[in-house]
Amino acid sequence: MRRALRGVVDFVKRRPLGGAGAVLIVWMVLAAALAEVITTHDPTSNSFADLLKPPSLEFPFGTDQFGRDVFTRILYGSRTALIVGFGASLTGSTLGYFFGVVGAYVGGWVDGAIQRLMDVLISFPLIVIAIAVVAALGPGTLNVVVAITIPIIPRVARVVRSSALTVVSMPYVEATRSIGTRSARIMFRHVAPNVFAPYLIMLTAFLGQAILLEASLSFLGLGVAEPTAAWGLMLRGAGMQFLERAPWLAIAPGVAISAAVFGFNLFGDSLRDALDPRLRSA
Amino acid sequence: MRRYVVGRLLLIVPTLVGVAILTFVVMRLVPGDIVELRYAGSGAAVAQEIIDMERRTLGLDKPMALQFVDWMSGLARGDLGTSLWTGRSVGEEVMLRLGLSLELAIISTFIAVALAIPAGVLAAVRQDTRVDYVLRLISIGGLSLPSFWIGILTILALLTLFQWSPPLLFTPIWEDPVANLSQMIFPALAVGYRSSAVTMRMTRSSVLDVLRDDYVRTARAKGLSESLVVIRHALRNSLLPVVTVISIEFAFLIGGLVVTEQVFNLNGVGKLLVDAVAHRDYTLIQSIVMLLAAVFVLVNFLIDMLYVTLDPRVRTS
Amino acid sequence: MKRPVSLALAVLVVFALLISACGQQAATPAAAPSAAAAPSAAAAPSAAAVPTTGEKPQSGGTLSFVVNAEPPSFDAHRETSFALLHPAAPHYSTLYRFDPGDLTKIVPDVAAAMPEISADKLTWTIKLRSDVKFHDGTPMTSEDVLATYNKIIFPPSGVVSSRQGAYAVVDRMEAPVKDSIVFRLKYPSASFQAGLASPWNWVYSAAKLKTDIKWYEKNVMGTGPFSYVNYVKGASWEGKKNPDYFIKGQPYLDGYKALFITDATAGVNAIRGKQAQIEFRGFTPQQRDDLSRALPNDLAIQEAPWICVNYIVPNTKKKPFDDPRVRRALTLAIDRYALGAALSKITIVRDVGGLMRPGGPFAMADADLEKIAGFSKDGKASKDKAKALLAEAGVTNLTFEFLNRNISTPYEPVAVGIIDQWKQAGITATHKVKETTAYLADLSAGNFDVGLDFNCDFLDEPDLQLAKFQSASKGGKGLNRGGYDDAKLDTMIDAQSRETDPAKRKVLVGAIERYAMDEMAYQTPAPWWFRIIPHNNKVRGWRVGSNHYTNQDLVSVWLAK
Repeated sequence: MRRALRGVVDFVKRRPLGGAGAVLIVWMVLAAALAEVITTHDPTSNSFADLLKPPSLEFPFGTDQFGRDVFTRILYGSRTALIVGFGASLTGSTLGYFFGVVGAYVGGWVDGAIQRLMDVLISFPLIVIAIAVVAALGPGTLNVVVAITIPIIPRVARVVRSSALTVVSMPYVEATRSIGTRSARIMFRHVAPNVFAPYLIMLTAFLGQAILLEASLSFLGLGVAEPTAAWGLMLRGAGMQFLERAPWLAIAPGVAISAAVFGFNLFGDSLRDALDPRLRSA
Repeated sequence: MRRYVVGRLLLIVPTLVGVAILTFVVMRLVPGDIVELRYAGSGAAVAQEIIDMERRTLGLDKPMALQFVDWMSGLARGDLGTSLWTGRSVGEEVMLRLGLSLELAIISTFIAVALAIPAGVLAAVRQDTRVDYVLRLISIGGLSLPSFWIGILTILALLTLFQWSPPLLFTPIWEDPVANLSQMIFPALAVGYRSSAVTMRMTRSSVLDVLRDDYVRTARAKGLSESLVVIRHALRNSLLPVVTVISIEFAFLIGGLVVTEQVFNLNGVGKLLVDAVAHRDYTLIQSIVMLLAAVFVLVNFLIDMLYVTLDPRVRTS
Repeated sequence: MKRPVSLALAVLVVFALLISACGQQAATPAAAPSAAAAPSAAAAPSAAAVPTTGEKPQSGGTLSFVVNAEPPSFDAHRETSFALLHPAAPHYSTLYRFDPGDLTKIVPDVAAAMPEISADKLTWTIKLRSDVKFHDGTPMTSEDVLATYNKIIFPPSGVVSSRQGAYAVVDRMEAPVKDSIVFRLKYPSASFQAGLASPWNWVYSAAKLKTDIKWYEKNVMGTGPFSYVNYVKGASWEGKKNPDYFIKGQPYLDGYKALFITDATAGVNAIRGKQAQIEFRGFTPQQRDDLSRALPNDLAIQEAPWICVNYIVPNTKKKPFDDPRVRRALTLAIDRYALGAALSKITIVRDVGGLMRPGGPFAMADADLEKIAGFSKDGKASKDKAKALLAEAGVTNLTFEFLNRNISTPYEPVAVGIIDQWKQAGITATHKVKETTAYLADLSAGNFDVGLDFNCDFLDEPDLQLAKFQSASKGGKGLNRGGYDDAKLDTMIDAQSRETDPAKRKVLVGAIERYAMDEMAYQTPAPWWFRIIPHNNKVRGWRVGSNHYTNQDLVSVWLAK
């Protein structure tokens, strides 16, 4: 525990930008976890008496076009953002990691097939995937996660594969192989852990991008649906329509999205620097 | 070398065929029907017989495999087919938008490169100083704002401050450069800023990488001035990964600016694709997806070739 | 090491301030409510804003207007989207039209007079003008009108005519002489006159149709006030004045340019930046207010109740919605007056009405309406009744999915408001939003619990507005999303259609409304749409009407200098 704490302190000392990012992330997680404690308003109940009220003591960020407390919806919205961010980037990166490692280690036609599949996915326009998934499954939060996961997979797989190739050709892997250790074991015990760094870097990089993508999908009417509290939806729906009459409707989710993504990106960028300054990946 | 090039070129084929199959199947699995949308979409009462007849006319009643064969044989003959929605040739529909999308991609890339390379080099040279932090903050900021948000704020700012908004209709740059640029420059700035963040990050780490190499140390030891070392040795040798990133970004920009095109009302390929998908205009979707995939695959191929020519290790392996 | 952290935070704060500053700038004018710029109270089209009378129209100028969708083909007989009418209606004429000065009145267009109707009401003889010419110079005769109506009512196989069903009353047509056409009907019809003024029934050239019956899908050539110049897909459609137009001195405009702008905000910005003067479909209340603040001296606002409405449609093929008590509970739970008042502040719906447009000639009297389930002014009592009904039907914790279309105006707010009303009555609905095409597929496949359907028409006409209520396997095929068959309702709808006395017809329609909305509660309306047109006040001679289909030929529109 103490060692972990020291690790954190060290990271913040050496990577102040990453530290700032981590603060933003922790803040967001706290908001998501404690939403019920922090606010007593209901995020989805309309109150026609309180339409479009400017910020006040009762409604710190004002109310929206249905009289719902914007502050409350921002808090609950951080849950949606975390689900989308972590859901998509964890699933996508992990699948990509898996395909990358297997491809590099097994080689041969399996690698070829995986690579072609990844090439197909990566050259396929994201928007078509998104619309297809959302149109076929409906715009629930989980379906949005699926839509965003798919394009992440090939991007991670490529990077992980090229790192894994170097590991596979290293003498100790070849040595273990010659002793006769079973393939799957070498793969998971020796290859996989050695390409964990690029996996982690891609994972953090896509955390923020997933949240942004959700906002873009919302803009196209393909994101999370009302009355669920979601930042992208708040910014697109009310935010854009009432930009001039009730600017607080756009400021709160706009700042929330930007700060969260900013936090994830700062953290990811520093993590990349810390883990591998030589990593060449886009 | 030649074997490598041919082999690499042959790999393009299964990828494109894969994209073709995927587009074809995925779009037909998605519920919804262009004929139904056309009539019921505006609330009209249209008899089922009419809908069936229309589907026959468009060839949508044929078995899926047959439709795919029709499409492929058309492609082989260079016939992209006609849009199911407008009845016009797909080539005509796409060409109309391609000019704008290409121009936007080019200007944005220029802006991105102009911002990213100096910033990336500077950040690398001054690694972990205040300069580095500020530059990285600005660049990461570009990656943190929803693109439609930047777009809408830009337009609103122009309208409030100058009571002016960019022209709505596209004028080719050779006809009226001023009108053209006044429409394109704001979306290009918004896109270029975002895109520069990716390139800047790569420039920085790539330059850092090279700065640690032996020959740079040698050059420094020889007493060459720091700026000369950076420009002549470090930058030049770190260009390859940077060019890679720029090219991939460029390929993405041609069809990927869906949201920006919507916000700035630009009649580009991205908007066409979104409309086509919304309409379930299969022929048009298939052609655009194939076009974008082909651009992407080709750019990747060219990058690989660049690596081969510059890096003998790849050539032999 | 501490410095960079504070630096990072400082940058972050600056960044946040920048964003809020952008918002603040916009907020400042918002805070100052200007009396002049708030004409939202004006319910009827305000004559002051549209000085059509008293002012002498000036000729010249080009009108630019926004169209927020794109036409599929150019053939109005086939298409159903306003996105074709707005840019292309100025190229064409119809037999009759709606008077641009009084949109409730039908007047001749290429017809020379109102029809002569035989005593048995079955033979309609229509004299045509003799001075009408197509844009290629050929004169228009009864041959052209006959060919046009043949294509609409009796299309050859392979030709789509979207509104063929609306003319089922026509037995045959003749063109005995060059300047008159005769329609012979199977039975007397109350709505046939209006059908002849349909904005979709453009008169085409018989010669062109003869060469290719689908010629008009890709070409434009009519007798209207403006001839076709060009169309750039995704961008614009242009027309120029027809110097040979049959009304001398008109049109007033030299030409027009339709700009296709699909993004709503971009459309408003086009008017705000004065790149366009008007959009003919409608804006939201806040878009109107934003525009009137931004252009305090250049804006006129016209508003009118709209013949468009969203229906709440329970799927009668699914349990428990096969039980009329459950359906009645759903409509009882909605306090439409509170909902309409609140929604009118944020989107394009406002008035509470039955199946006919509130304020229209067939609208039910308020006192009668309030007796219908879900229309009582006592919302609390209705919700209690709803709970009791559900208990009686043995349904506890009613939970279902509410299918909706992913369009923000007005579908999204209407659904959010309704879901909240249900929530207050203990009914849980999950909002299931789908992209338009997928939504339509679900509706027509019956793949939903309760759906939010919609309807828009060009005229207050029971035949049009009640078409959706006919049996799903008969007349209501493809329209009736509730999936029910009800022979009694079909008979009632048929009877009103044949009743040519307006007063008697209104009584019949009222009985249908009570039966369909209350007793059976098949499909019930949300608050009706409300049309808001804020436009540049240089645009004159155009009046807002009850729909966005008619009155689009721009023949009387002019621009003040």
